[in-house]
Amino acid sequence: MSGRAPSTGKVVRAVLGKDLRVELRTLQSVPAMLLFATTIFVLFRFGLDRTRLDGGLAAGVLLVTILFAALLAINRIFVAEREQGGFEAIRLAPADGTALFFAKAAALLVYLIVLELFALPVFWLFFLADASGLVPMLPVLLLLDVALAVTGALIAPMATNSRARDLIGPLILLPLIVPAMIAAAGAGRHLLAAGGPSYEQYGTWLAVLGLYDLVFLLIGWAAFDFLIED
Amino acid sequence: MKPSTLRTLVLLTALLIGVGFALVFFYASNEADQGFIQKIFYLHVPLAIVALGGFVLGGIHAIRHLRSGDPVHDARSYVSIHASVIFGVAVLVTGAIWAKGSWGKWWVWDEPTLVSFLIVFLLYCTYYPLRYAIEDRDRQARYASVFAITAGAFVPLNFMAVRAAESLVHPRTFGTVEGGMPGDMWLTFLVCFAGIALLWVTLVSFELTAKRTSGQLSRLRRALDDGGHGGGPGVARRIAPSGAGSR
Repeated sequence: MSGRAPSTGKVVRAVLGKDLRVELRTLQSVPAMLLFATTIFVLFRFGLDRTRLDGGLAAGVLLVTILFAALLAINRIFVAEREQGGFEAIRLAPADGTALFFAKAAALLVYLIVLELFALPVFWLFFLADASGLVPMLPVLLLLDVALAVTGALIAPMATNSRARDLIGPLILLPLIVPAMIAAAGAGRHLLAAGGPSYEQYGTWLAVLGLYDLVFLLIGWAAFDFLIED
Repeated sequence: MKPSTLRTLVLLTALLIGVGFALVFFYASNEADQGFIQKIFYLHVPLAIVALGGFVLGGIHAIRHLRSGDPVHDARSYVSIHASVIFGVAVLVTGAIWAKGSWGKWWVWDEPTLVSFLIVFLLYCTYYPLRYAIEDRDRQARYASVFAITAGAFVPLNFMAVRAAESLVHPRTFGTVEGGMPGDMWLTFLVCFAGIALLWVTLVSFELTAKRTSGQLSRLRRALDDGGHGGGPGVARRIAPSGAGSR
C-alpha cells in the first residue's frame, strides 16, 4: 500500500493542516487582518463622519472592510510555497495538484471566518444600534467568504509567480469579486435596515452567491493544475 | 492569412459598414421617443455584442490552448481579447454619448447593461498587467489562458448579478428595443452588426498575421545567426517547416 499515491482528500488535509499550524506558530496573516479591519472601521467612522450606520451604508462598510482584509491574506497565501519550494514539492509528489487549490481555499476560508468572528462584534459595537440583522447576515457572509477564498486561491498563485506580485492580485480580484459583492450588499442592505431586518430578495441573493461560488470552484478545480506545472 | 484574403476582408468590411451607415442615416426611421440620438444604437449595440462575444471567444481559445499546449491558440486568445478591449472603449464612449443624449447625463448607474459592461471591461483591462508581469513565455501563456477562462465565465455571471440588482428596483429603460422594433430598423441593425463583426474579424486577422510574420522573422534571424557556424542541418531546412504562414 505504501507505493500508492495518496488520495486528494489526504493531501488537502495535510497541506491545510500545515498552513494552519504555520499560521498558529508565526501569526503572520490573521492578526494583521484583525488589526487592519479595526483600523478600516475607524477610518470609515471619520471618513463618513457617522457614528451609527444602517441599511446600505452599514452593509457597504462591513463588506468592503472584509474584502480589504481578505486581500491581505490572499496576497500572502502562496508566498511561503514560492519561497520554500512548496510549488516544486507538490509537482514532485505523486499527488493531485488541485489538492493545493482546495487546501489554500480552505485555509483562506478559515482565516476569513476567524476574521469575522472578531470583526462582527467590533462592527456592532462601533456602528450598530441593534444586532438582529447580523444573524441572518451570517449565511451571506459565509457564502461571500467562500467566493473570496475560491477566487483568491485561483488568482493568488498567478500573482505570486509574477514580477509585480502585490499589484496583480488585488488588481484582478477586485473586479472579479464585484458580482459577489453586489449580491452580498443587496442582501445586507435590507438585513441591516434601520427598522430591523427585512428579507426582501434574500433567497435571490443567496442563490446568486451560491452560483458564483460554484462556478469559480469548478473553474479552480479544472484550471488550477495549469498554474503549478512548469 | 494570405495578403489577398486580408485585402478582401478589408474591402468587405468597408463595404458593409458603408452600406450600414447609409441605411442608418437614409433608410431607418427615427425612433418616436428618442429621435435622432437613437441612431447611435446601430453602432453602440453591435460593438457591445461583438466585444462580449470576443471575450467569450478568447476564453474558448484559451481552453483549446490549455488542452493542446499549442501557442497558436494562446495567440488567438490574446488577440481576441485585445480587439475586444479596444471595442470596449468604443462601447463605453458611445454608451456615454447615448446616455447624455437621451437622459442628459454622461453616466447612468441605473442602466444595468452599461454597468455590467464597465465591470467586465475593468476585469479584462487587468489581462495586460498580468500577462506582461510574467517573463517565462510558457508560463505567461498558461496563466493568461487561465485568466481568459475565468473571465469568460465571469461575463454571464456578472450580467446576471447586475441585472438582479437593478431589475426589481428600476424598470428596464430600453429593454423594449428588441421587442417592438420595426422591420427597417431590424434590417439596418443586422447590416451594421455584420459590418462591425467583420471589422473585428479583420482586426484580429491583421494582428494575428503580424504576430506570425514577426515570429517568422525572428526565427529566420536566429537561423541565420546559427547558420554561420556550419554543421547540423542547413539554414534552409530548419526554416522550411515554419514557412507555411504568410506570403
